[in-house]
Amino acid sequence: MAKRKKLILSGNYAAAYAAKEARVEVIPIYPITPQTTVVEKLVEFVESGEMNAEIIHADSEHSAMAAAIGASAAGARVFTATASHGLLYMYEMVWWAANARLPIVAGFVTRAIGPPWNIWSDHNDFLSMRDCGWILMFASNAQEVFDLIIQAYKIAENPDIRLPVGVAWDGFEISHSYEPVEVISHEELSNFLPDPRNIKPILDVNNPVTIGNVPIAKDHMKYRHSIWISMERARSVIRKVMEEYNSISGRNYGKLLDEYRTIDADTIIVTMGAISGDAKMAINKLREKGERVGLARIRVIRPFPISEFIRLGKIANRLIIIDRNFSSGFGGIVANEVRALFYEYYIDTPIYNFLTGLAGTEVSSGDFTNMYMLVKERKVKPLRAYWYYHGGEYYDFT
Amino acid sequence: MILPKIVEQLGTDEFAFSGNPACQGCGALLSLRHILKALGKNTILIVPAGCTSIIAGLGKKATFNIPYMHMAFAASAAAASGVSRAFKVLGKEDINVVVWAGDGSTFDIGFGTLSGAAERNEDIIYVCNDNEAYMNTGIQKSGATPTGAWTTTTVKGRVGYKKDLFRIMLDHRVPYVATASPAYPMDLARKVKYAASLKGFRLIHVLNPCPPGWRFDHKLTVEIAKKSVLSGAWILMEAEYGKIKLNPPSSTMLEERKIPVRDYLLMQGRFRHLTEDKIMEIQKIIDENWRVIKHILISQKE
Repeated sequence: MAKRKKLILSGNYAAAYAAKEARVEVIPIYPITPQTTVVEKLVEFVESGEMNAEIIHADSEHSAMAAAIGASAAGARVFTATASHGLLYMYEMVWWAANARLPIVAGFVTRAIGPPWNIWSDHNDFLSMRDCGWILMFASNAQEVFDLIIQAYKIAENPDIRLPVGVAWDGFEISHSYEPVEVISHEELSNFLPDPRNIKPILDVNNPVTIGNVPIAKDHMKYRHSIWISMERARSVIRKVMEEYNSISGRNYGKLLDEYRTIDADTIIVTMGAISGDAKMAINKLREKGERVGLARIRVIRPFPISEFIRLGKIANRLIIIDRNFSSGFGGIVANEVRALFYEYYIDTPIYNFLTGLAGTEVSSGDFTNMYMLVKERKVKPLRAYWYYHGGEYYDFT
Repeated sequence: MILPKIVEQLGTDEFAFSGNPACQGCGALLSLRHILKALGKNTILIVPAGCTSIIAGLGKKATFNIPYMHMAFAASAAAASGVSRAFKVLGKEDINVVVWAGDGSTFDIGFGTLSGAAERNEDIIYVCNDNEAYMNTGIQKSGATPTGAWTTTTVKGRVGYKKDLFRIMLDHRVPYVATASPAYPMDLARKVKYAASLKGFRLIHVLNPCPPGWRFDHKLTVEIAKKSVLSGAWILMEAEYGKIKLNPPSSTMLEERKIPVRDYLLMQGRFRHLTEDKIMEIQKIIDENWRVIKHILISQKE
């Protein structure tokens, strides 16, 4: 395998490099903290001639996604990125992109939703997309941001899938932290990622079709059904794409779930995003003390890693699911999805749920140890959810 | 055989088929038919929510014989920007990327998007299909509803003024802005063809009478459209790079309008409630608008 040069890049710059090496052709942009440096870097690439793409300075995120939809329908390879309020502002068009079956790839730099104004990370903005029809992936470091965006194009443009793909990473913790990143050039990726001209344009004057007409209701339901079928199909496509990419990159993060020391674990902590690194540190320390703990980091949340979670449910005695989000009036989004899945498969492994790290609050490795000890010492029960604050303060759902 | 002038100019190809779900006497479809004939088959149409979302065909039917993309209400100018830029990358710059958007979309919900596309000078033709209210949802007031007009959300008549889209777009310093009317199809077709010959952002604002929304018999569409122009309520004009030029018959009406606005207003149920005083007030608004246009034309000569 070729030895590649490593660059010191922030998560956001890694995203910009990925869009460049993926030979993206149209980039609608609209600034929002903490996404802004992604599009700044892309403009720099285009204006210096390093990248041949059209930048559209959109008047809003809604327009940015609309422009992405137009460009993708015309057959171009498209990238855009946003965060938080920007994602909510473009939300109508996010659904439109999926329902129009357009292979758009977008970056989502997670950030709490106001008020009050808050630029730090939590995951409620990103998880608002879970019913939209997008394939959704979450990176936990800058290298993975680069890798997932490259893979996202291959997944999105697969004719059996034709769905947009969202790649998320935590605001500031990943977006603005610099790490060594191995950039794989588009020459080296040429066999992996097909030429953008393989994307079938929908808008073609030689084949005039009307898209989006008022349907017969049953046809519309069938159309929604076809999105479900493609999403179900996506699991195996994603696994295959990741395998192929691993053979080029020499990296192996696992696939829909990234597991760490789960083989003999009786307790598995489930996380998503940047705090997974702190969880690993805690696990290493707990292992030194003889505790059999492992980590499962969610890398792909749509389609949901069903067989992966079933396996964990069968090998572990308990799951501790850390949700950096909450569905008001119910509990942690990930925990409740896993619970629903376990019920379907008659798995009665207890699931403990902590809501933590919201609004950008710190979650240290010590906090993971604390949460583990709360479970071990039976101070918390496998009931709805507990609010856990950095340092050890916690509250049950009552 | 002597062909009518319009057939001679625009040929017999049709891009909007008959048998579609438009209302009888729909002014918008009449305009759109001529616009598409003027543009020809090398055209892509992007249409936000509105009457044309229905007219385009229900179920498996398609009214338009060109690529047609339905778009979200506020998004058409941005989506067209995306299409146009993609065509630039793909070397398909000769294709007309056309937005056909109602006044609700243009004046209200998509106004920022429109302004953004104009300010970026995107290579698109934006046609505003203005029927002066949200007609597809059932006649609600928009930013284009004229003073005094009844709608279901202005039951005592619209208070305030219609936005001046022509001048707002002029201030974006775009290559071409024009107004048109389905009563003057040759003027409309000429403007569309001329717009298509230019590059950059072009806007054509068409005032299309709406029989159910304006409350008149559908056989009167063209007559009412004509009266909108002859009364001076609607001015046929165009501006290339900001330089305004009036077109006939408006060009002969600078000093005096052909008919009082009363004749135009009282043909329509939406104005039937107006008092004499209110009609006079509307006449004054129109006269004032002409005074401004006259002032601009004089200052252009200097």
